[in-house]
Amino acid sequence: MELLIRNGFLYDPINGIDGEKVDISVRDGKIVDKVDERKAKVVDASGMLVMPGGVDIHSHIAGPKVNAGRLFCPEDHRTRVRCARCFRNCEVKTPITRSGVGCSIPSTFTTGYIYAGMGYTTVVEPASPPLKTLHTHEELNDIPIIDKTCYIRFGNNWIVMEYLKEDKIEECAAYVAWVLKAVKGYAIKIVNPGGVEAWGWGGNVQSLDEEVPNFGVTPREILRGLCKVNKMLNLPHPIHVHANGLGTPGNHRLLLETMDSVRDLRVEDRPIIHLTHAQFNSYGGVDWDSISSKADEIAGYVNTHDHVTMDMGQIIFTQTMTMTGDGPFEYLLHKVTGNKWMNVDLEVEAGGGLVPIQYKRSNYVHAVMWTIGLELALLIEDPWRIFLTTDHPNGGPFINYPKVFAWLMSKKARKRTVDKLPRLARVRSNIAGIDREYTFYELAIVTRAATARALGLKNKGHLGIGADADISIYDIDPKKTDPSVDYKTVRKALFKAAYTIKNGEVVAKEGTIINCDVGRTFWVSPKVPEDLTKSIMPELTEKFKEYYTINIGNYGVPEGFLAKSEPMEVESEL
Amino acid sequence: MAEISLALKARSKAPIEAEAICPDTLTGKSPSEVASISIWEGNRKIKLGDLFEIHGSTGETPETTSIVLEGDLSRIRRIGREMTRGKILVKGSVGFYLGEEMSGGAVIVEGNAGSWAGACMTGGTIEIKGDAGDFLAAGPRGSHRGMAGGSIVVHGSVGSEAGCWMEDGTIRIGGNVGIFAGIHLSGGTILIGGEAEGMIGAGMTGGRVVLLGRTLSILPSFFIDDIRPTVKVGEEKVTGPFYLFVGDVTEKGDGKIFVSKEKNEHLKIFEKYLP
Repeated sequence: MELLIRNGFLYDPINGIDGEKVDISVRDGKIVDKVDERKAKVVDASGMLVMPGGVDIHSHIAGPKVNAGRLFCPEDHRTRVRCARCFRNCEVKTPITRSGVGCSIPSTFTTGYIYAGMGYTTVVEPASPPLKTLHTHEELNDIPIIDKTCYIRFGNNWIVMEYLKEDKIEECAAYVAWVLKAVKGYAIKIVNPGGVEAWGWGGNVQSLDEEVPNFGVTPREILRGLCKVNKMLNLPHPIHVHANGLGTPGNHRLLLETMDSVRDLRVEDRPIIHLTHAQFNSYGGVDWDSISSKADEIAGYVNTHDHVTMDMGQIIFTQTMTMTGDGPFEYLLHKVTGNKWMNVDLEVEAGGGLVPIQYKRSNYVHAVMWTIGLELALLIEDPWRIFLTTDHPNGGPFINYPKVFAWLMSKKARKRTVDKLPRLARVRSNIAGIDREYTFYELAIVTRAATARALGLKNKGHLGIGADADISIYDIDPKKTDPSVDYKTVRKALFKAAYTIKNGEVVAKEGTIINCDVGRTFWVSPKVPEDLTKSIMPELTEKFKEYYTINIGNYGVPEGFLAKSEPMEVESEL
Repeated sequence: MAEISLALKARSKAPIEAEAICPDTLTGKSPSEVASISIWEGNRKIKLGDLFEIHGSTGETPETTSIVLEGDLSRIRRIGREMTRGKILVKGSVGFYLGEEMSGGAVIVEGNAGSWAGACMTGGTIEIKGDAGDFLAAGPRGSHRGMAGGSIVVHGSVGSEAGCWMEDGTIRIGGNVGIFAGIHLSGGTILIGGEAEGMIGAGMTGGRVVLLGRTLSILPSFFIDDIRPTVKVGEEKVTGPFYLFVGDVTEKGDGKIFVSKEKNEHLKIFEKYLP
């Protein structure tokens, strides 16, 4: 199968291509130097914007809590999505696609279709507890078209905490490698280190040096320990951290401390810590009335320290659902909003919660949150270290990404929303004073290139020779359109990819799915010396007997279970 | 007023989603155009003409359009969805979601209505001469919004959870109600002519439920406040006397339940707690 994409304006930041007219040749799902023009299928992209397929680094699309959200919010199945496609509340079955419902938590198939229609081709489920990863893979298998992977949660794992307490860092690394291999995960996710375990006793941790009850380790030790483990195992993605104190006024200090806690472990060539949905952690003030943006301080730190990457966690003014592994935060949210609440505690490994929420423009706190996300994206100078997310569905459903594109690319679009915010939020924020506007090149960085690089996916996020032929083509002429003025055109065009090409096949045309295949699931398989793994097994078996309700032999996900398994061997430093 | 009549000629095994049967949609269309409107029967699309014999004409505006439906429509759902003006007369029974999210106009049903009649309605009137199912005027499952205006009259009996999450408007029920009438009520009035099975107004935070018939008991989360000789429902005055219960205290609510004193002699024990 050969494909030739002609005359498009290509934005490929990894290869430094900024809107040049380049023809792209594809053979057997890979980008190649040249194809036979007479034989190849030609896609005419003249006057269109061509980018590598989008890579979403943090989007809750699969797993037990997502499914719990679907069950827990049946009204979401009837929420109508105002989108460029149509005014709809369900995905209607066609000969190629399956039906589905949902807005903030779409059903698995719909998730794949909407992402592909928007030109996204790789998505990461960011918080899967090891024990429940079987379920996560079950859902990932059902998400069509896009490639996906999942991060595994270790931040409140008893066994990790015990190893770190005893300072057995190598054994801890061997254990983490064993779990990643067993459950087919991709990276280490840390959710409110120590705090979720403390929530099992009704508490939370308030600082990085507060001891976790019954374990005698502090969040700082967990962070540093897992950061060292990550380095030892040479995992492609740095530790993915949901910092302590999320969603509480004045938590920016904790975020700064978290970033600073691993500063001395920095390595030369790449970041060692990723702070996810940083917006939720950049609040100043002491209570809800005095909550304010500290995005400038956070951005200042990120600008001067290269060991950190971040993603925005932008909020959208809409009805959505919050779902996180951070149990205490969800309880707080339930108390603040009065909405229904669901709490989960998972043996040994994690906890979590769900609360539906409506972000309102007229609400001062929500308005402040909205400004913080954008301020972070605009004040952090290096687009390679701040990525675009809405922490779907916590900040807003991913279907609203084009709105965020417009806000980033146009001061006018921002001003239109800022004008509708409460006066106090307007006065206290400096969002109106920021003149920066993203270019198409920078947009390609924050949505594709930088995220793929941060994930360590070498064949994603660019269109150099040998890369995966995941391409999105949008019907907008980047040379003739000024996004700062015509932001509405940009928003409309980027919602609906004229063509989405996945593995060298056109899968979506004008946002409609025309070809439906199963995407791959990436996972890492770190190479650990066998004697080290063997040495921890007796102890681990004992711990399983003592702590878990299941046998160690029944733990994990067999590789054959994955629809299209794509293991990545990594050489560890052990 | 121009009248268009749709007489059911075929019987369907699968449920039919007929939100197209609404004055706002049919206005200005000739009978043949109306017949070509597509609707969902189960998982396939059919034409309105496949299902109904269509006669008459529609008015130029929804106000002047009256739709007359004949036959047993109990498998046909969402009639009059989002209607804003005009009139629908059903000579028979209808299925679920009659007049869902309607904001104006009038619907009259001569037979029975299924569950979720008047779901989330914000205005207009619905009159059901027979019985209505469960979740009268309630929002979809999981949602915290119910009826927010308008009026519903049911001459017969109603199933469980009538007026769930209701915010405003009036419901008048001639017959009996199932359990949890007025659950999560935050505003508006429900008048029950017959008996109530129990647990009236559970979790209510506002609004009023008036019960003219008998009920087994009042929830323990309500306290007795007064004995009132009359109570006003809309414009009319209903004479009692009534026991007035206030609650639900578990929700820090200020909802009011008026229970007929005559029909509920077993509630006399509460009188000693009168403030």
